[in-house]
Amino acid sequence: MTTARTVLTIAALTLREASRRRVLLALAVLTVVLLALSGWGFSRLAVESGGSALTSGEARLTASIVLNLVMFGYSLIAALGTAFLAGPTVSGETESGIALSLLARPIRRSAFLLGKWLGLVAFGSGFIVLAGLAQIFVVRVTVDYWPPAPAVALALLAAQTTALLTLAVLLSTAVSPMASGVVAVGLFCTTWVAGVVGGVGEGLGNEAVGHVGTVSRMLLPTDGLWQGAMHGLQDPSVFATFGGSDVDAFPFLSSAPLTATYLAWAAVWVAMVWGLAAASFVRQDL
Amino acid sequence: MSVAAKPAEVGDDAARRAASHLAAGSPSVPAVWCTGLRKRYGRQLAVEDVSLEVGRGEILGLLGPNGAGKTSVIKMLLGLVHPDGGEVMLLGEPATDPAARARVGYLPELFRYQPWLSPIEVLTLHVRLSGIDVTAQEQRNCLALVGLAKRAGDRLGSFSKGMQQRLGLAVALVAGPELVILDEPTSALDPLGRADVRDIVLELKKRGVAVLLNSHLIGEVERVCDRVVILDRGRVAASGTLAELLGGRELRLHLTGLSPDAQARLLATGRADREGDWFTVALPADDVASAVPDLVADLVALGARVHAVEPGRISLEERLLGILRDGADARAKGDR
Repeated sequence: MTTARTVLTIAALTLREASRRRVLLALAVLTVVLLALSGWGFSRLAVESGGSALTSGEARLTASIVLNLVMFGYSLIAALGTAFLAGPTVSGETESGIALSLLARPIRRSAFLLGKWLGLVAFGSGFIVLAGLAQIFVVRVTVDYWPPAPAVALALLAAQTTALLTLAVLLSTAVSPMASGVVAVGLFCTTWVAGVVGGVGEGLGNEAVGHVGTVSRMLLPTDGLWQGAMHGLQDPSVFATFGGSDVDAFPFLSSAPLTATYLAWAAVWVAMVWGLAAASFVRQDL
Repeated sequence: MSVAAKPAEVGDDAARRAASHLAAGSPSVPAVWCTGLRKRYGRQLAVEDVSLEVGRGEILGLLGPNGAGKTSVIKMLLGLVHPDGGEVMLLGEPATDPAARARVGYLPELFRYQPWLSPIEVLTLHVRLSGIDVTAQEQRNCLALVGLAKRAGDRLGSFSKGMQQRLGLAVALVAGPELVILDEPTSALDPLGRADVRDIVLELKKRGVAVLLNSHLIGEVERVCDRVVILDRGRVAASGTLAELLGGRELRLHLTGLSPDAQARLLATGRADREGDWFTVALPADDVASAVPDLVADLVALGARVHAVEPGRISLEERLLGILRDGADARAKGDR
């Protein structure tokens, strides 16, 4: 009961911090700019295809690729945003002394950390779901394209953000706030590149290179979840246009939906990394 | 472990908790009790075998040079630093249980509060986390007590260090504490602020709240503390009441026209030294409050002219420096 109150209080505090420190405002402005730009881009696409320069299949394919590309932009903003928020809010507070008076209250450190994490998850997931949904509507209005599984895709994008921010929370219990953000974002980008390399390997039929992507997706599931999200956003007709292996080689298309096993692994991974973060935070001398 | 044994163990544990809870409410249980505290940071020994006790309604001063381990001891009491050894009880409950801190207020040496909150929001946050019911009016009263009533709604980002320390004091006091731990509470305050803190600490004592005060300002400690613990290089170098630590008091008198009777009266008080017209008389350590006025009245009645009466005593500062120098000498001898 008291633990639940602590967790919710700290989660609300984290959200309030994001709002008071103008992070929300900055993200809202960025999102509006991206929505406007992509809306203009998609409307140009509609004009081109209307002039029969593109077949309806080609138009859907183009819409799928561009939607995935823009969504990647949002997931990058969410990942960067939460990774750089996690550092200051956990290790920054212990460094500056803000955490001292809070943790001297009758609360467990694990509850405090869970509250911080929950606040960040709510923030990151909330952003990606709202921005993603707005983007999907923009595509719907401009080029009349509706992705096959938008809810699944948005949930997977939220899961991707959660995975990365959990890693950032773990890092922030061990290294300085700045280093934790840099390392988390660096690993996120590395995994994405490894995923692209692996895709190219599979496209070329080179198994060894193909494994690079598989291994990196196991070590940090952000890219794996991103692949699943793309699959939910793209039109199934892309497979008719490209061969399966060509889809693999293209960074903004995904060849297969995620398996339940992979999703379970991603959940276990998040739980494990959070457990490590809590163990490290509980042992710390402040 | 057998399954059947479990319920009995749970029952024992519940009974132990209930007993400790009952004991916690008892005024005879000290506010702080710790024994054998040890802490090492890498090769550096920070705290070695520190034991201390703060009674209910008592003000204990923690003194010592920089790096003596004062803040480490305080952080170990509050569970912010994990001791390598030793045991801590807060208000009768083991400090390993966070619930033991429900009635503990703390002002850290490094006081920083969320710059994006207002003072009243910081207090509300701490009240929520403490799990104790404190009305909005009581929270405002607490801010008024530390002189921040007019700034209750302003963001902390614009606050001076002194104002933030005042807020820290309010945070320590807001949730009806029975024990208040103040780590350098006046480091950023002006003389007026220091006087306010002194008044607040004395008011807490009146209300039966125990205070553990760590301060470099020896005069501050001397004025408010009942007992003092002096730490040096992580160990307790001396401890006791002020009277025990400072020994007997002295009285310096400037007298002329001293008759033999008056001189005899002076000697009856205690050992007396003379330097011209100045007399230094030792007062017994347990002297009653009337000893000085009685002596002056008697001297005047016996025809002596009293020009000046000055209380003279070894200051706590002199005593502290003496203890620290003795410790350094002893270590130097040991090294040889």
